[in-house]
Amino acid sequence: MNTVSAYHNMTTETHRRSAIEIARNRLMIGVVLFCFAFLIMIGRTIELGVSAPKPRVTATRQVVTVPEVQIARADIVDRNGEILATNLETASLYAVPKDIKDPQEAARQLVSILPELSYADVEAKLSSGKKFVWLKRKLTPRQKWEVNAIGEPAFQFEREEERIYPHGRLAAHVLGYVDVDGNGLGGVEHFFDAKLGDKSRTSEQLQLSLDIRVQYALADELQAAMRAYQAIGGAGLVMDVSTGEVIAMVSLPDYDPNNVRGVADTEKFNRATKGVYELGSTFKTFTFANALDDGVVSMEDGYDATKPLRISRFLIRDDHPKERYLTVPEIFTFSSNIGTAQMALDIGTERQQEFLGELGLLQPANVELTEVGAPLVPPVWRKSSTMTISYGHGLAVSPLQLASGISAMVNGGRLMTPTLVHNPENWQTGKQVIAPDTSRKIRQLLRMAVTKGTGGRADAVGYRVGGKTGTAEKAIAGGYARKKLISSFMGVFPMDDPQYAVFALLDEPKGTKETFGYRSGGWVAAPVVRNVILRSAPLLGVSPKQEDAGLYQDVALLIEDKKKK
Amino acid sequence: MIALSRNDNSVLSRWWWTVDRLMLVLVLALIVLGLWLALTASPAVAERLGLDSMYFVKKQGLFLGVSLGAVLIVSMMSTDLVRRLAIIGFPITLVLMALTLLIAPEIKGATRWLPLGSFTLQPSEFLKPVFIVTTAWILSADLNGEKIPAKQISFALYLIVVAFLISQPDFGQTVLVSTVWMGQMALAGLPMTWLMIAGGLGLLGAGLAYALLPHVASRIDRFINPASGDTYQTDKAMEAFGSGGLFGKGPGEGVVKLGLPDAHTDYIFAVIGEEFGAIAGVMLLLLFAGIVVRGLAHLVNEENPFRLLAAAGLIMQFGLQTLINVGVNLAILPSKGMTLPFVSSGGSSMVALAIGMGMTLAFTRRNRFIQPGFDPVGWRAAE
Repeated sequence: MNTVSAYHNMTTETHRRSAIEIARNRLMIGVVLFCFAFLIMIGRTIELGVSAPKPRVTATRQVVTVPEVQIARADIVDRNGEILATNLETASLYAVPKDIKDPQEAARQLVSILPELSYADVEAKLSSGKKFVWLKRKLTPRQKWEVNAIGEPAFQFEREEERIYPHGRLAAHVLGYVDVDGNGLGGVEHFFDAKLGDKSRTSEQLQLSLDIRVQYALADELQAAMRAYQAIGGAGLVMDVSTGEVIAMVSLPDYDPNNVRGVADTEKFNRATKGVYELGSTFKTFTFANALDDGVVSMEDGYDATKPLRISRFLIRDDHPKERYLTVPEIFTFSSNIGTAQMALDIGTERQQEFLGELGLLQPANVELTEVGAPLVPPVWRKSSTMTISYGHGLAVSPLQLASGISAMVNGGRLMTPTLVHNPENWQTGKQVIAPDTSRKIRQLLRMAVTKGTGGRADAVGYRVGGKTGTAEKAIAGGYARKKLISSFMGVFPMDDPQYAVFALLDEPKGTKETFGYRSGGWVAAPVVRNVILRSAPLLGVSPKQEDAGLYQDVALLIEDKKKK
Repeated sequence: MIALSRNDNSVLSRWWWTVDRLMLVLVLALIVLGLWLALTASPAVAERLGLDSMYFVKKQGLFLGVSLGAVLIVSMMSTDLVRRLAIIGFPITLVLMALTLLIAPEIKGATRWLPLGSFTLQPSEFLKPVFIVTTAWILSADLNGEKIPAKQISFALYLIVVAFLISQPDFGQTVLVSTVWMGQMALAGLPMTWLMIAGGLGLLGAGLAYALLPHVASRIDRFINPASGDTYQTDKAMEAFGSGGLFGKGPGEGVVKLGLPDAHTDYIFAVIGEEFGAIAGVMLLLLFAGIVVRGLAHLVNEENPFRLLAAAGLIMQFGLQTLINVGVNLAILPSKGMTLPFVSSGGSSMVALAIGMGMTLAFTRRNRFIQPGFDPVGWRAAE
């Protein structure tokens, strides 16, 4: 080993030693760093361990945040807030045909779940290779679940809303219906389509004046009568006489607005507003109010009704002929056409026209529906027209117009615009069309017609019902059909403080054994009104009570008992 | 105690008398503990994945058996043998990494696993110990005075390894390997200036990763600002520690773990926190810290530069991996996939760590009756 080599070894050894020394020092730094890091971990572990266990958020975390439901259309409710129309979320099925591997199998499975689809049609759609095809709108939740269970990713759903009418047929003609895209096509759905469908106002409910409980009573009774008398149709109304609000409105036959497919036009036809009828004797109320208000007659006056009245080429007869001189209250109570026609002649054609026009009976009713019928007014208003119209023939109006006019006759003489919307802020005092005293007299007459006259079957015990029967022969081409009647009853209760007008109409009723073959308004429609009053008066807050006979005494004394000839 | 005579010159006898027994006990304790902990955390995951509830336990048991054997066998090898095997193993793992990139399927956004029969092999786990030993070998040549550009060569190898890791991509492993390599460089006497530059480069690299790799960016964003994204795992882990309290809910009684993804791997420490409590968690951390500190402190007396660098590197890898995993569980570090040594389920990781610990034990074997640097009769040569 030479010196150089030894030196070299020495330096190498020194170099190694110093390097090892650096390594050792740095190793110690490393140990310190590791200790430090582990101490942090230990501290943090203890910190987390002693931290109060957070309330378990597992459950809330797992709750799927449901996106706020965007209601596409506002709800419709009745006067008490009962929902009449609302929206349910539903799903519509579409497919992405280009992603389907086995269209035949997919179509087969789908048709087994939705049998109303045709296999050939579905198969063609799924084989089309398109990017999008509708398969079925608005599936039920069960159907949606079953379609999902197929496991075909190309079947997808679009969230949609379906308009639902929880009460079904009840109030169908008032509510109307919507098409598959939610556009209102009838009733208030159509009239208020813009408001209901306004996306920014969907939380504003449309509150109708209807009381669905009264609606049910009316629909039920009318339906029963229609069945019993085999009528081809019916119409009914309950109106608040002091506000003009429609509490119930029924037209039969009706339909289910939840499913309008295949519903005939006759079923969609609203007889209470669109249908116009010659309503018969109920119209006498207007003639009497007109005559009394103008001072043409007084209650003590009378007319000769001993024989039919000849006017040009036809005769005016009485359905219940008394063949004697009748006082004004008797003419009303016994529904004498002969007496009423003479009274109308005393009023005069012009004045009669003016008066009926004031009551809104010569123009279409102004109500929140588009299904409003225009009255059928004689093209030339002759003397004969004046006479027949006085007892309800020759002028056809809708039941809504009649109810509105009668309300004005009994409520002190104020004509209210009929309305389907409950909006107390908009109530008006109405236009005074007859004097309050005339209205009082009309109330007496209407009550007498029930207690002593043709409307006896409408007398709901305790509710002081007043009213007038109406029986009209149906107008057909070129004349009247004697066998086809429009039988109706216009009732008001309680007569000492009129609150509600109740109207019932049956189209072409047939007589039964129970009615001894009769099918006039007093026989078939008056009982409907009585039953509706008995069922709905408690709901409307009208209580039965003993009648104050003194209110009617002066008029009653002018009526000879009908049993005597 | 094993009755081994000091006169017995067999491999087993020499091993028994020279191995760092404290370290050995700590490592074996950890391995046994790992199996026991796997019993509590993994059935929930197995059931969620629709497997037999004992699936991960059985798998873990199998790997622990293999690991136990690996620790013992490798620790019995001589330093030279271990070094040679590692130097041979390094290119092999690089080839496997390349194969992984070419043929392996993508799992959770990364290609790290090589299908191997019914198992999957993660070559990057095996790469770590052999790379560390290879680095130690190259750097020690410099310390031994041999005139080669050791640091430059080592840097080149490091770049190759990092390139593979990033291309997988595996940001966590990149950070781990980089830190360990820098640690080894530091031990090998890299000047302070260079260390600082390297630190700066490391930060730059992290910044680049943040800018270029979306999943890295998303994880760091969520760490810095939890409101910016889904922090479901971190929230669950926090909830688990809170639910466990100091004493835990009892083995198998955890409820938060049922909703914790990767409860059996990356988030097992949170499950331990829930079921055994914070105190048990601290004890487990003390066990890990004990292995690291004992291992590193034991090296202070080491005279052989290669053994020092290699063992220190392996222990740093073990310690850093632990710290990263626990740090993620404790929401101190941003989320990254790093297993908890010997406790987390995961075959490749466990066997590779076992080999690493076996190597560490092999490098730290010495006659404890001879003071380092004092070798009057050449005892050390006998080892």
